[in-house]
Amino acid sequence: MREPISTGAEWTFELIEKYHAEIENIAEEYGLDTYPNQIELITAEQMLDAYASVGMPIGYSHWSFGKHFIQNEQQYRRGRMGLAYEIVINSNPCIAYLMEENTMMMQALVIAHASYGHNSFFKGNYLFRAWTDAEAIIDYLVFAKRFISECEERYGIDEVENLLDSCHALQNHGVDRYKRPYPVSMREEQERLEEREAYLQSQVNDLWHKTIPQKEIAEEASKQQNFPQEPQENILYFIEKNAPLLEPWQREVVRIVRKIGQYFYPQRQTQVMNEGWACFWHYHIMNALYDRGKVTDGFMLEFIQSHTNVVSQPDFDSEYFSGINPYALGYAMMTDIKRICIDPDEEDRKWFPDIAGSNWQETLDFAMRNFKDESFISQFLSPRMIRDFKLFSILDDEERSELEVTSIHNDSGYHYIRHALSNQYNLSMNEPNIQVQNVDIRGDRSLTLSHIPHNGVPLADSSGEVLKHLRRLWSFGVKLETLDASGEVINTEECSAQAG
Amino acid sequence: MAQLIDRRPNAKGKSTVNRQRFLRRYKKQIKKAISEQISERSITDIEGGESVSIPKRDTTEPTFRNDQGGVREGVYPGNKEFAPGDKIKRPPGGNGGQGRRASDSGEGDDEFVFEISRDEYLDMLFDDLELPNLQKNQLRKMTRSKTVRAGFTNDGVPTNINIVRSLKSAMSRRMAMGAEPRRRLHELEGELQALQQEVGGDENRRLELEQEIEQLRKRIKKIPFIDTFDLRFNNFVQRPEPTSQAVMFCLMDVSGSMDQETKDIAKRFYILLYLFLTRSYKDVDVVYIRHHTQAKEVDEEEFFYSRETGGTIVSSALELTRDIIAQRYPPTDWNIYAAQASDGDNWNDDSPVCEQILAKQLLPQLRYYAYVEITRRDHQGLWAHYENLLQTHDNFAMQHISEHDDIYPVFREFFRKQTQ
Repeated sequence: MREPISTGAEWTFELIEKYHAEIENIAEEYGLDTYPNQIELITAEQMLDAYASVGMPIGYSHWSFGKHFIQNEQQYRRGRMGLAYEIVINSNPCIAYLMEENTMMMQALVIAHASYGHNSFFKGNYLFRAWTDAEAIIDYLVFAKRFISECEERYGIDEVENLLDSCHALQNHGVDRYKRPYPVSMREEQERLEEREAYLQSQVNDLWHKTIPQKEIAEEASKQQNFPQEPQENILYFIEKNAPLLEPWQREVVRIVRKIGQYFYPQRQTQVMNEGWACFWHYHIMNALYDRGKVTDGFMLEFIQSHTNVVSQPDFDSEYFSGINPYALGYAMMTDIKRICIDPDEEDRKWFPDIAGSNWQETLDFAMRNFKDESFISQFLSPRMIRDFKLFSILDDEERSELEVTSIHNDSGYHYIRHALSNQYNLSMNEPNIQVQNVDIRGDRSLTLSHIPHNGVPLADSSGEVLKHLRRLWSFGVKLETLDASGEVINTEECSAQAG
Repeated sequence: MAQLIDRRPNAKGKSTVNRQRFLRRYKKQIKKAISEQISERSITDIEGGESVSIPKRDTTEPTFRNDQGGVREGVYPGNKEFAPGDKIKRPPGGNGGQGRRASDSGEGDDEFVFEISRDEYLDMLFDDLELPNLQKNQLRKMTRSKTVRAGFTNDGVPTNINIVRSLKSAMSRRMAMGAEPRRRLHELEGELQALQQEVGGDENRRLELEQEIEQLRKRIKKIPFIDTFDLRFNNFVQRPEPTSQAVMFCLMDVSGSMDQETKDIAKRFYILLYLFLTRSYKDVDVVYIRHHTQAKEVDEEEFFYSRETGGTIVSSALELTRDIIAQRYPPTDWNIYAAQASDGDNWNDDSPVCEQILAKQLLPQLRYYAYVEITRRDHQGLWAHYENLLQTHDNFAMQHISEHDDIYPVFREFFRKQTQ
């Protein structure tokens, strides 16, 4: 007997609560472990606001957010862009925004997708656990906003804006990939602020204030220790700790930008998994609602149409193609893992002896917790998936006049394609490898960065501009050396202390 | 249980600050774009915002990124006919298989286009223009009496008789005057009837009654249907009302010596004047008169963008203005403003004529006449003659503008007197 919760397309707060209660039950039965949910209803305009601040519910003021806002607003007004149905924030409680314009079906779908799918991913995935602190982020953003607006009052908007510009240019280089930080909450942060300012300043002074008699410099040069002793990949951190002339408040701003960059670091590495996981669960939850007679056939048809749009993958030669759709790939892989667990065939047993026939919920939970896109694909992309997507790989060597098809979806190509696709999601292969190499602490205090190109991929022209920003932070000359495979410098870009 | 919060009542426009920051940062570029666009905008079109485009490369945020090139391998979905080892020609345009992605992330040299609001536009156009101050000011307005209804009155001319009111009042008078006799009549009739039914009634009494009834009937009949006393007239009074219409004459020299930049400056001045007038008047007409040796009324497009060569006779434009006022804008009904922009050139013998026409014919009819001389050279004959007018007429003003930046201060100077 069908007893649907509602039959119309209109939503009300009571209905949302009823749907949520059902969805919560179902999610619990599936064993999804989530932060408490906070669901907020917003208008389209507020959604545009949320877009502009890259999903941060509270952000400091900066022109670049204004630029994004204007861009989005413009496109939205002209009908070139639909708005996302939801935005979800990795915080505790987990905040999901629902748009006023959505139908009841959409609201239910968004609750299932964001408040249970993404939410459980945020709580479970190892990268999020290591890199972000859902408890602290809102507090930290509040702290950052207040701190930066205080700085604006004290030192002027232009001063702060220039500093932020420079920090933003390096925001992607503000992460220690191999260290695990512990994010602190706002109160601790404030308590530590003054202490840290004083301490930092003394440290920096210590490094720079040693004066050496002129004569000894030449002799010392040969045996002096390199500083930093090891190359540093976290450029912002290096600036924060070692830039000679920064004021304490400036160091704090560098730190804020670095911390926020760090907060988004896991999201950049888990797009396929995160979306795949959320899509997988909204699909299961919505179907469970239907199986229990809680929703109508019409509701279900609307859902299926929406779901299909989200997880479709246009072919490479389609006019709609814009790269591999992370929703499609992620959802298909999650579904495929479930299939391998429940109904494995010979091929699956050969490729996935560990998970074939295992409990699918446990296996998926394990996969969600312990991987990022790169390793997830390299571990779980099955030959059947490669055939279904008809994946093929293409080698583009600028030395050669033609592209080469290196492998396709056949027996000999599975491993190759899996490896190639996994690499495609490897951040360290897609972002230039740039590290702090040396500081001339006895001489002109210039900073040297080294760039080691991967597969001969050059840096984009914008690097010159970034160097200017870096010089602003460092206050002395800055040099970027491009090294070849043997460690020889093949190109040097310089931004001297005087210029500009 | 989830917490459900309705954020919709919260203030929208969380991004307003950031938007302002963006405009602030790119003020220079936006101002430049607006200056270039001013030529495409009509003077009277000040209600809308403006679409501004600035070079995209100025607004990019640089990061260390990989460029195209090198050796790349990409995985794509939807293989149809490829086999391993196939060679494919590099697609044109994009760089190899990454073409699509490269063009998405690459920075084209396109324009970054966005809308700014009307106030933002005006702010940028006149830079530190303080619009609220303008709003507070009220121009003196000419008054014109208007006939308005003012209730009803007891006397007036027959054409103003209000029939409904008059008949109502007649009816009530008739009722009031007839009430007593009618009641008496009713009593007597009752008595008479009783008397008639009585056998052997008092004959005298009967006659008496009949007589009295007859009298009463006559009396009731005599009550007039309508009396002068009943008449009500619609009342009208004359009330003075400020006119809400204004006309603005734009006079400009279009002889060969006026270059486009000078015209652009003049255009700004006209926009500002128009804006100022629309604050005070509901309807503002604009009349464009251009002149070289002859004056002609034209539309805005022709006013600003057609070029003429030849000499300059300013009085022709003044005469045309006078004629148009006579034909279409009676000074009793219209607030008339005129603004003349010129580079100061005039045929020498003509300048005294201009002074005469203005002093004798135009200025008495105008609320205000503003003359702006846009030039970097020394003043010529016209300026000197106009200066004479300054002494004698307080609705005449003249100023000298040499650059864009002068416009607003000059404008403020112009209207200081007016806004007291």
